[in-house]
Amino acid sequence: MVRTLVVEVKDLVKNFGPIKAVNGASFNVSEGEIFGLIGPNAAGKTTILRIISTLLRITSGSVNVFGYDVAEEADRVRRLISYLPEDAGAYKNLTGRAYLNFIARFFGSGSETKKIVERGLEIADLGERIDDKVDTYSKGMIRRLLVGRALMIEPKLAILDEPTSGLDVTNAREIREIIKKFAKRGTTVLLSSHNMLEVEFLCERIALINEGKIVEEGNAPGLKKKYRAENLEEVFTKVVS
Amino acid sequence: MSDLGNIIKKEVRELLTPTTIIPVIAMAVVFGGMGHMIGGITEEAREKPIMGIIDEDNSLLSEIITGVLNEQAKVVYFSTDGADVSEGLEQVEEEGGTALLMVPPDFSESIYENHPGQIRIHWIMKGAGVMDSIHSQTVDVLIQVVNQEISKKLVEEGTSIDPGIAVNPIAKSETTIFKGREIEGLSPGAISGMLASQSVVLPMIMMLIIIITGSTVITSMGMEKENKTLETLLTLPVKRNYIVIGKIVGSAIVGLVMAAIYMVGFGYYMQSFQFAEINLADFGLALGLQDYFLVGLSVFVAILAGLSLCMFLGTFAKDFKSAQTLILPVTLLTLIPMFLIMFKDFDTLPAVLKIALFAIPFSHPMMAMRALMVDDYLLVLSGIVYVAIFAAVVVVVVAWIFRSDRLLTGRIKTRRGRRLRGFLGKLGR
Repeated sequence: MVRTLVVEVKDLVKNFGPIKAVNGASFNVSEGEIFGLIGPNAAGKTTILRIISTLLRITSGSVNVFGYDVAEEADRVRRLISYLPEDAGAYKNLTGRAYLNFIARFFGSGSETKKIVERGLEIADLGERIDDKVDTYSKGMIRRLLVGRALMIEPKLAILDEPTSGLDVTNAREIREIIKKFAKRGTTVLLSSHNMLEVEFLCERIALINEGKIVEEGNAPGLKKKYRAENLEEVFTKVVS
Repeated sequence: MSDLGNIIKKEVRELLTPTTIIPVIAMAVVFGGMGHMIGGITEEAREKPIMGIIDEDNSLLSEIITGVLNEQAKVVYFSTDGADVSEGLEQVEEEGGTALLMVPPDFSESIYENHPGQIRIHWIMKGAGVMDSIHSQTVDVLIQVVNQEISKKLVEEGTSIDPGIAVNPIAKSETTIFKGREIEGLSPGAISGMLASQSVVLPMIMMLIIIITGSTVITSMGMEKENKTLETLLTLPVKRNYIVIGKIVGSAIVGLVMAAIYMVGFGYYMQSFQFAEINLADFGLALGLQDYFLVGLSVFVAILAGLSLCMFLGTFAKDFKSAQTLILPVTLLTLIPMFLIMFKDFDTLPAVLKIALFAIPFSHPMMAMRALMVDDYLLVLSGIVYVAIFAAVVVVVVAWIFRSDRLLTGRIKTRRGRRLRGFLGKLGR
């Protein structure tokens, strides 16, 4: 069965003045897939995710989401995606519930909003603390709230930058399970992570990125076999060296 | 280096940053400039007042008046026969003078008959600022000198005049010509005092409104960046223009509520400075319904311009702290017109300051009420149009910044943009 292309990145270049943050990256993500971008710091992962999320403009190349050009049809793209930045926060003077309500109102009204918020509450799983102000939350609680916010709208494409950043082992596991569950329901997930184990556990396909270029692409078992490596960390080391 | 020296060095480095230095330098420059301007006005005040004299009495006593005034003032019109007031006023006005003094034919006769000698003063008032009436105050002082000299003469003559009249032989009646209006019985100083609420209170209220509402907008942007909520907001399916307008309107509501609370307290404070209870309408200085509408419109567009400007500055804020610093340019832009308008009228300012005052959008509501009282509709209407255009242009620029990735990357491509970015970046650091 041929799966619909959700994300098409072709020869993507993004310069910040003299710095080439992304240097000709190309990859595709198919519908229902969990696709992982892995690489070291400053490799260009976040820049690519920000471009796909319509936050940054492209220097050259092209990016399409469900066939819509992110540069020309940003408004359409924003209706289909949900982006979770790596170090995102929430409005400190709102309660967790009020924050989810605020976001949900952009995606529905009346009973629809209520349903969306219910989903957010379930994913965030903050118990009674959901009615406390965000200002009083720990880093892990804020991350859970934000994952709830990102997935509660059941986006066609979830773009998650380091989704389990700041979470302890138990919470991180739960979030990974939730991401998998949503992918099974039809949400395509594009994520980035430093955590190679996480990527191996979650992603069907992986792109290794270094100095703004995709240096290798495939599934975890295939890449390990190709580079005769025990884990993705070893694959990455061998690829970049 | 000793441990203490090491700590002191570290503290100085930490505290001596562009954030702390630039505001101090900016304030010093503004106050220096203001001092220079006020110094210039004080210098001008030291010059002899320009005036005219019509002496119809031609007596020894009236000669004392003309003698003192010829010595202490620059008399540009002098007549001893036929009281042509309009010709005298025209001449004095042409020479940039302050007053035309008339000594009536029965001046000395009246004094010797135990009645105060009446002199009539026609004041020419050019502006309602505190400094605008300084020459008329000098003329008032000269009249007191004249009073003393005549008193001295009467005592020397040993006449049997009532001691009360001998000590205080002069009584004056006055008319002030202010922007084409003849105001009977009031001196320029008294009119300035009456208009103090327009000269002092309104500019202060405007300054408070702009700074309070503006700082809420800038802070909101700084908080979005500090709390890392901006990226999420920008990826939501909502038009960027709505985000800009939403922030401006939301901040305006919060800012106006806060400003209203401040103003209640400030109003009570200012009440303690109210002088005489004089009704401005009695002197033709009242505002009609359409005037109040224009004042309201002027205030509205100025707030809009202020908020748009703050929104623009807010895009440079990195966090809450830097947002607080970025309000400085707006504070300066409200302080400069506030002080200028307190001291001088728009019409009496030098050309350069006139241009500067007109260019600052916050000047217009500060000037509007005073201008409308003297039917200066051109200044008010052109101000409203200018400020509305200013606000629209800034909103368009802000919307453009929101649509680009400059909000997140902080990059401006043009050379001028880079310089601006660099300056504001340092300020916001």
